[in-house]
Amino acid sequence: MELKKLIDMLDPLERKIVPLLQTEKSFPELVKKSNLQEVEVMRALQWLKNKDILEIKTDKKKVITLDQNGQKYLQEGLPEKLILNLVKEQPLTIKQLQEKSKLNPGEFNSILGILRQKVAIEIKDGKINITEQGKKFIEKESLEEKFLKKQFPLDLERLQEEEKFAFEQLKKRKNILKIEDSTERTIELTKLGQQLTQQKISDEEVLNRLTSSMLKTQSWKNKKFRHYDLQADVPQTSFGRKHFVTEAVDYIKKIWLEMGFQEMTGSLVQTAFWDLDSLFVPQDHPAREMQDTFYLQDPAQGSLPKELYPKIKAVHENGGKTGSKGWQYQFSEQESKQLLLRTHTTVLSAQTLSQLKKEDLPAKFFSVAKVFRNETLDWKHLFEFYQVEGIVVDPNANLKHLKGYLKEFYKKMGYTDVRMRPAHFPYTEPSIEVDVFHPVKKEWIELGGAGIFRPEVTQPLLGFECPVLAWGQGMGRIISEYWKIKDIRDLYKNNLKQLREIKTWLK
Amino acid sequence: MPSITLNRKVFEMLVGKKLPDEQLQDRISMLGTDLEEVNENEIIVEIFPNRPDLLSEQGFARAFSSFIGVKPGLRPYPVTKTTDRVIIEPSVTNIRPYTACAVVKNLKFNDENIKEIIQIQEKLHITYGRNRKKCAIGVYPLEKIQFPIRYLAREPDQIKFQPLESDREMTALQILSQHKTGRDYGHLLEGLEKFPIFIDANDQILSLPPIINSHLTGKISEQTKDVFIECSGFDYNVLRKCLNIIVTALADMGGEINSLELHYPRTTCLSPNLEPEEMKISLNYVNKILGLDLDEKQLQKYLEAMGYGYQDKKALVPAYRADVLHPIDLVEDIAIAYGYENFEPEIPSVATIGQEDPFQKFLIKVRNILVGFKLQETKSYHLLSKEELNQKMNLDYPPIPLKNALGDYNHLRNWLIPSGLKVLSENQHHDYPQNIFEIGTVFKKDKETETGVKEYQRVSILLCHEKTDYTEIKQIMDAFFHTLDKEYTIEETEHSSFIPGRVGRISVQDKKLAYIGEISPEVLKNWELTMPVTALEINLTELFEFIK
Repeated sequence: MELKKLIDMLDPLERKIVPLLQTEKSFPELVKKSNLQEVEVMRALQWLKNKDILEIKTDKKKVITLDQNGQKYLQEGLPEKLILNLVKEQPLTIKQLQEKSKLNPGEFNSILGILRQKVAIEIKDGKINITEQGKKFIEKESLEEKFLKKQFPLDLERLQEEEKFAFEQLKKRKNILKIEDSTERTIELTKLGQQLTQQKISDEEVLNRLTSSMLKTQSWKNKKFRHYDLQADVPQTSFGRKHFVTEAVDYIKKIWLEMGFQEMTGSLVQTAFWDLDSLFVPQDHPAREMQDTFYLQDPAQGSLPKELYPKIKAVHENGGKTGSKGWQYQFSEQESKQLLLRTHTTVLSAQTLSQLKKEDLPAKFFSVAKVFRNETLDWKHLFEFYQVEGIVVDPNANLKHLKGYLKEFYKKMGYTDVRMRPAHFPYTEPSIEVDVFHPVKKEWIELGGAGIFRPEVTQPLLGFECPVLAWGQGMGRIISEYWKIKDIRDLYKNNLKQLREIKTWLK
Repeated sequence: MPSITLNRKVFEMLVGKKLPDEQLQDRISMLGTDLEEVNENEIIVEIFPNRPDLLSEQGFARAFSSFIGVKPGLRPYPVTKTTDRVIIEPSVTNIRPYTACAVVKNLKFNDENIKEIIQIQEKLHITYGRNRKKCAIGVYPLEKIQFPIRYLAREPDQIKFQPLESDREMTALQILSQHKTGRDYGHLLEGLEKFPIFIDANDQILSLPPIINSHLTGKISEQTKDVFIECSGFDYNVLRKCLNIIVTALADMGGEINSLELHYPRTTCLSPNLEPEEMKISLNYVNKILGLDLDEKQLQKYLEAMGYGYQDKKALVPAYRADVLHPIDLVEDIAIAYGYENFEPEIPSVATIGQEDPFQKFLIKVRNILVGFKLQETKSYHLLSKEELNQKMNLDYPPIPLKNALGDYNHLRNWLIPSGLKVLSENQHHDYPQNIFEIGTVFKKDKETETGVKEYQRVSILLCHEKTDYTEIKQIMDAFFHTLDKEYTIEETEHSSFIPGRVGRISVQDKKLAYIGEISPEVLKNWELTMPVTALEINLTELFEFIK
């Protein structure tokens, strides 16, 4: 980066620090010379470091500082000098001396001890007298006194012989010295930093944040705003998002709406009557077994629609009015009443058909909604998932139309071509497996099912004959493929990191 | 769906034509089976459950051969009439009432086709036979048994024979408790006082249907030439079809089908009956459904390609087809013969108006509003454990249980906040604030509805971070109702999932439809959460009543 640009980006704090750096490398010195607060200097140094202008070296060590008595003695002198001066004037009793010295008894006694040890005083006739040695002490500055006048903090490891002696002496006494852990910061300029400190940095005021008061007072006029580092990383922001599966669901709904379909909705809890019987699924069909379908325990049974029930029963038993042979078994009302979690959204199609009148036709319906299967969760199985389904109820509908709708629908989903293969579903005839041509993989993939509802389904529900084209699919595949999800459980794991960071649905 | 493995050489011989791999693959899948694999020696295909007649090499080759035009049309299966008898005694009437039987002679068994017969039997048992419940099949070497054969029921301790895969005689009860097949299928005889058996003129027990054959009289070997076949169950029609599927497959192996007399207590009939069934087929109907313009000749050609006969506007349905209930089934087969790939896509010019469900539309709006409040949408399962819905919430509010769910997802959730707390408890290693919402269904018992269950759409909002409090969640609620132009009232209430004095019940036009408050520390502890949570749950179904 050009130096000029760099200078433009300097914050007012940095602008105060940079010129000092030419000569000053120690943190406390910078604080002193800049007249800034310690935190301000630290902040400026940190910013400069981020700009690659300097390195901050930190050194951990033990240092000596003055404690409260140390501070006091530095100002008032050591108490032993005070005592010596008092007894130099005239010998005093211990009691008199203590009163005059105004020291507390503990301190007083310990100082007396020290002076006696140094033979600076002696006791004669119950009074304390100064010795010749003592007189010399008054004249001479002691090592301890010298030590107190040092620049603190002092590096414990770097004491001179004499200092060491004084330190040992003072350390024995109460609250004079403290030993602390200290981090010493020194600055080392980088190459860029060396170049920068050579530059002249004007002391004109630069503006940081634009504030409303600046705007009101127009104080920003004729001043320069600090330039920002536009590439600098900023902290992540939090924002609200729809769940990514919702995005995909909304997208598919939109396709149906564009194609002129009406949305169907309905309950998740259904009777077997609606979910299976009305769709001509035989009552002994394996899909009804406990290991495939969730049944409710309490309540366990629902009620059956009075008008429709006998028609559905008849169509199973003997084909009713449809011309079919039916399944030729005895239809069980108990089986029909069982409550379950709907196994497919085709139940919504059945319920929709049962409400339709001839004059409503032609009509098209869709749903994108949840269905349930009794599966144990694993990487490719969910017990509830979205199903997409559409029907066209049109007296003139035929198989060619079905292929046309499929082609149009899948074109909107991004697949260029559609292929039909024979398949089997209990409620459609013909039944169709829908393959689409994958534009990236360049191959056919199986994506959905389709067909024309059997007369055994439509006749009892509608009350008249009418072809109903139907097609649908699960959504797992398109969702997993779009977001490259390998473990299907990740769809509903609600991992907030994933939900916040996943790319949005862009189709 | 069951898959079957075909010996490619046998298959090609039966079909009468060899096709290159690619064409073979294409034709197999366009016939209506899912191809799994083709290699030099084997073809593996998945058979749809409506076509049990394709579960054998012979049946599949027969259909395929017609489909590719080598041997189209109805195949004749001559039946030699005999007067051998199978007597069905009244004792089975309430147990396993029906059997359909036949004899097939002059078979040449080797290792290969013994395996094939076992495969057919197995696959039919599993699918069409619904694991032997609906139909159980027995095949016996004719040389070991003597007509007339009787089908009757006896008390279990009166039944004693050496079953297949056993080295000793066992009673029926021993078979059910000690023999592997007995244990697998014993439930089909559960609660019966008498068990059904086939027994021959020399009083030898042939089998205990639907469990197992006798080792002495019910085991096919390479010496076997002629076989007796029986299917037993509850619906004669089903048994008849099943029998037809087997005997036609054996006939395709080179056997000669012989009929027997079945003496039921009140009637007597010949079995098997391989006469094709007639079904009227209207050319108009076919053309209307398929959108084609076929003439009668083409109709006939396509029916023949699917193994049917055609005469006098009637399709002749082969006796082994179990899936033709209605002319629509013929229409599908005609479409298959015409080729699904040959239908031209067509979009009719039918004008319809697209319409979103108004309530769903409302839910999308709610979502948009909440996302604007910087909330992250989550999507949870509708199923949770009772512990999660109640105990962990410090609440006694029983949810609706499922009968047969495995694991912890075994109750229908009756409120949403537990789902939200579950999400928060699983995301504690991620950044805060964690402010989330979810729109979803909750379930409550309600005798007024058809299912006895009422479903509501609700929204839950949970705020989770160091500084969340009632003020913050109430700000969101205020903004939410304000956006929707709805006024609400709030009253203090008691709810053991929340901190007392910090939980309110919300009403709109006197309808109570929401809770708001700070989740109690006890509940947070139950979810192992160490961050405060405030929450709001609104019944959108009820709210929508005032909005629409």
